Amino acid sequence: MTATTARRLNAIGLIITVITVFCAIIWAFPLYWAVVSSLKPEHEVVRPYIELWPETFTVSHYVFALTQTEIGRWYVNSIVTATAVTVLTVSSSLFCGYAISQLNFPLRNVLWWLILASFMIPMQTLIVNHFELVADLGLINTWSGIVLPQLIHPVIIIVYKQFFDGVPKDFREAAVMDNASEWRILTKVYIPMNWGVTTALSIVCFIWSWNAFLWPFLAVTKTDMMTITVGITQVNDAFGVYYARQLTAAVLAGLPVAMAYLIFQRRVTEAITLSAGIKG
Amino acid sequence: MMLRNRRNEGLFGLALVAPFVAIYGLVFVYPTIKLFMTSFTDAPLIGDGNFVGFDNYARLPSDRRFGTAVWNTAYFVLITVVPGTLLAFAIALGVNRLAGRLQAAVLALFFLPYILPVSVVYLLWDWTLNFQFGIAMYLFDMLGIARIPVFKSTAWFMPAVGMITIWWTAGFSILLFLAGLRTIPTEIYEAAALDNAGRWSTFRRITWPLMWPITALVLTIQLISQLKIFDQVYLFSVGGRPNDNMVLVYYVFQRAFQSDQGGRAAAVAVVLFVIVIVVSVLNFQLTRLSGGRDR
Repeated sequence: MTATTARRLNAIGLIITVITVFCAIIWAFPLYWAVVSSLKPEHEVVRPYIELWPETFTVSHYVFALTQTEIGRWYVNSIVTATAVTVLTVSSSLFCGYAISQLNFPLRNVLWWLILASFMIPMQTLIVNHFELVADLGLINTWSGIVLPQLIHPVIIIVYKQFFDGVPKDFREAAVMDNASEWRILTKVYIPMNWGVTTALSIVCFIWSWNAFLWPFLAVTKTDMMTITVGITQVNDAFGVYYARQLTAAVLAGLPVAMAYLIFQRRVTEAITLSAGIKG
Repeated sequence: MMLRNRRNEGLFGLALVAPFVAIYGLVFVYPTIKLFMTSFTDAPLIGDGNFVGFDNYARLPSDRRFGTAVWNTAYFVLITVVPGTLLAFAIALGVNRLAGRLQAAVLALFFLPYILPVSVVYLLWDWTLNFQFGIAMYLFDMLGIARIPVFKSTAWFMPAVGMITIWWTAGFSILLFLAGLRTIPTEIYEAAALDNAGRWSTFRRITWPLMWPITALVLTIQLISQLKIFDQVYLFSVGGRPNDNMVLVYYVFQRAFQSDQGGRAAAVAVVLFVIVIVVSVLNFQLTRLSGGRDR
């Protein structure tokens, strides 16, 4: 390769880099625009030109949203239901994945095939029957009603099974020799070995549940039982045609998951690639 | 002693899977069986109905709204799956060239939308594309393009929602492509550079074939998830023309929750159910035939 072609290749490389960075900024611009608009007074928001920075900063929309609307209540509903979904789903999946990977019990293979098959089943098609089930149980407009149909994520079991499969059999045999009980083997040997995966899956499960729209939207008819994801789209009179107020609600609903992602970036990306079936 | 251990192990195993199996039976197996049964009745949303045979299915071919729903779902799949995957691949190639902090920051910018709830995405874009004050409309004005009431016009609705969906979900595909690109050994590229291979032929002969399994995976995940589209279409249709923007899950929702026709809704749901299963099984067979991927 001659020196000139090498230099030309470098120049092309630099141009591609600049384009990538530029595209990333454009890509995230709507996010920035929403945050900036939520910090402007209402009359600045509707000015007929583009102002990238507020002339007067105001947090009045945030004060309004947090004190004059039901958003605080929706936060509680979201936190309670997403936490319940995460704890119940991750723990039941961990136990199930461990049992299928390490223990011999009747119908083990049947259960494993059922789980693999259910991976394909579209939950959205079950809404009619979920609604009937939850209504029969008297759980419409309750936290339990929001949580119940969200408790199945076959992919979490699949990831756990793969991880437990990767643990050498010697660990288990040594523990059995030591006369350790099955429960001790699980809680003292296997679970501590997989804290990383458990944390990653828990964060992602929480985000999934926080973001869930269709089911929480169907399961709740009273505004005070809505999750924040549903509430901000359903109660327009709380915000009126005030654009800045609506964007403030959007920022408040997105902030917890955005923060969770930015803080646990590596864990989140790890769990998401794992859940797509790619070993990280 | 050994025998007792065996029995213990079996009982313990059953006890461990019991919570999952109980939930699985209640919110998965039971509703799935019930879905098929309901589709043969004239049941309302809640409660039982009379057996009507294949009536609910027989109505579908001549049901105009069902036709619109099938067409729009297919249209939506067409405009999101392949373009979204190719765009994500291109972005991943760009991000992969960067290093260190800059790469992490750029990836975060591309990935952030994916982490947000659909309702936030809705409010954001409803504002950005707002007919009166949306920043996109100012851009249109500057470029001399006439303003468009995007979500009120049938022609623009699906392309706009498709574009927003690509923006929202590309982060996920980018992540998978990046994971794939990182597994390609650098020696291969060094060898290609020694052979004086150009950028394009390196891409076509090395990167593309090696990335094909990941591309197929991303395409499948996208295809299956876009078949199930509802949230964005529902939200952007509020105050617009839901019947023109009808998609399959929306139709299930409308029949069941707005017309109180559980049986007819179930029949539509079964159609979607079968489509998704057929696509999944076909894809599974195809990937197995073509050598398979490590799953």
